[in-house]
Amino acid sequence: MSDVSLSAPARPFRAATTEAPWIKWALIALSVAFLALMVFAPLLAVFIEALQDGLWVALETLGERDARSAIWLTLTVAAIAVPLNAAFGLAAAWCIAKYDFRGKAFLITLIDLPFSVSPVVAGLCIVLTFGANSAIGGWLVDNGYPIVFALPGIVLATMFVTFPFVARELIPVMIEQGRADEEAALTLGATGWRTFRTVTLPNVKWALLYGVLLCNARAMGEFGAVAVVSGKIRGQTATMPLQIEMFYQEYLSVAAFTMAGLLAFLALVTLLLKTLLELRFADQIAATHRQH
Amino acid sequence: MDAFLQRTLLRQPSALPGFGLSFGIMVTLLSLVVLIPIAALLLFGASVGPAELWRVVNTERVWLALWLSFRISLYAALVNLVMGVILAWVLTRYRFPGRRILDAAVDLPFALPTAVAGIALTTLYAPRGAFGEFFAAWDIKVAYTEWGIFLALLFVGLPFVVRTVQPVIEEIEQEVEEASATLGASRARTLRKVILPMILPAALTGFALALARAVGEYGSVIFIAGNLPLRTEIAPLLIVIRLEEFNYAAAAAIAIAMLTISFAMLLVINGIQIWSRRRIGLV
Repeated sequence: MSDVSLSAPARPFRAATTEAPWIKWALIALSVAFLALMVFAPLLAVFIEALQDGLWVALETLGERDARSAIWLTLTVAAIAVPLNAAFGLAAAWCIAKYDFRGKAFLITLIDLPFSVSPVVAGLCIVLTFGANSAIGGWLVDNGYPIVFALPGIVLATMFVTFPFVARELIPVMIEQGRADEEAALTLGATGWRTFRTVTLPNVKWALLYGVLLCNARAMGEFGAVAVVSGKIRGQTATMPLQIEMFYQEYLSVAAFTMAGLLAFLALVTLLLKTLLELRFADQIAATHRQH
Repeated sequence: MDAFLQRTLLRQPSALPGFGLSFGIMVTLLSLVVLIPIAALLLFGASVGPAELWRVVNTERVWLALWLSFRISLYAALVNLVMGVILAWVLTRYRFPGRRILDAAVDLPFALPTAVAGIALTTLYAPRGAFGEFFAAWDIKVAYTEWGIFLALLFVGLPFVVRTVQPVIEEIEQEVEEASATLGASRARTLRKVILPMILPAALTGFALALARAVGEYGSVIFIAGNLPLRTEIAPLLIVIRLEEFNYAAAAAIAIAMLTISFAMLLVINGIQIWSRRRIGLV
């Protein structure tokens, strides 16, 4: 009787803190299949549709007047909105991380507010504030500065939806770094501005770049908020995503998907840079910081 | 000005200069871009009056659009909750070729413009698209139905749960799993009784974020939804339609209804979160 347990077939060793191999591989297969269907397939579809008539035809659609002006507008909007949001992020992070003041928690909530507001509602808010029917907007239009259906409105809408990106990235990093470095610099006689430029900024540069990268991707791709405020005037207030919609509805499939491919390429570059930043500077970026 | 702000706001005097300046930049931009516009919406709603707002919202078309938006968003967020936890687990615990690519791919819905996702999904799932044809053989229509909306919302909400749960799984010390195993728990029991409660608060945060994002989503949905009134018309689209008719009162009424429902939902989810944190002693 006693040798029953001894003669039992030896099972392959498995650590108590892992799952059975078949469960592990089933979960991996499920993950791969899910991402293949949801992420890789749509991405591939964009490039296949864009190149259905060849690369040359695709590239030619980008040279047309409407396409060129859409690309130019999107670059302009991002070039204004992203630096402003970066400036906001730096100011907010400095203020929130370096000082202890009343109402701080409430302010952080307010900064996060745009994440829980629909982009369409954001656009509506801007139309109601700065549209020709409102008090401010009416006055501005009378004086020759229209906001809605013009560049400033598109910039404001883009800033609204991307507002928290840089600040959220910088605040945790700056809180962790404390203020000892800055206080040392001040003691040694540096001015406040010099301290910020030569001590604070180098300390957060990778986190700042990370935030700017995500902010830029969203800024160039924003659709809902911009659709509401832009008026979609062809060649004037149509950004790249809006121009994609116009091409698509006119059954200009190659033109639509080529511009989509351009934005998808931008998204891939963003992801690549983001992954590189995470690998190289993991300890200086909020998103990956908790690992250490 | 700086001295005044420091006196009234700071809890502790600070040797660092620039409080007034940074506070001023922050509050000015925040007000100009976010707070004043949101206040304008609420003020506009107040000037229209609650009775008129209710009259505009209380129509079959608006209720059906709101119901559709919140219902499909909930389905998509629930699937993302389950798949997100699985993905986070697979990406942090298992080592296999291609893991880094999968990890990077999770963020694509954040980086890819929604209009691009919208036309890509529509092309794939239209009756004559690569996947649509497959479903058509089974007599299932995906694009231009609720299924299409579900897919688009599944796409935009995909990264949230993964990205909130991943750091929590990384921080779990394997000792607790070992202790649980030593005490005789099966692996399944350890996962259910030890790991799951630790992941749950973060997973719920991700769920809430995915849900909020899905409810407000417009760009990816309108291409694949078909946009039939009473059938496949989402609430944000109805706002855009009313705006294009210059019917600002109706647009504002639907927007305020959406904000109210979203806010109520976030309160409930916050409540569940606090409860699940207390349960495992995280406070």
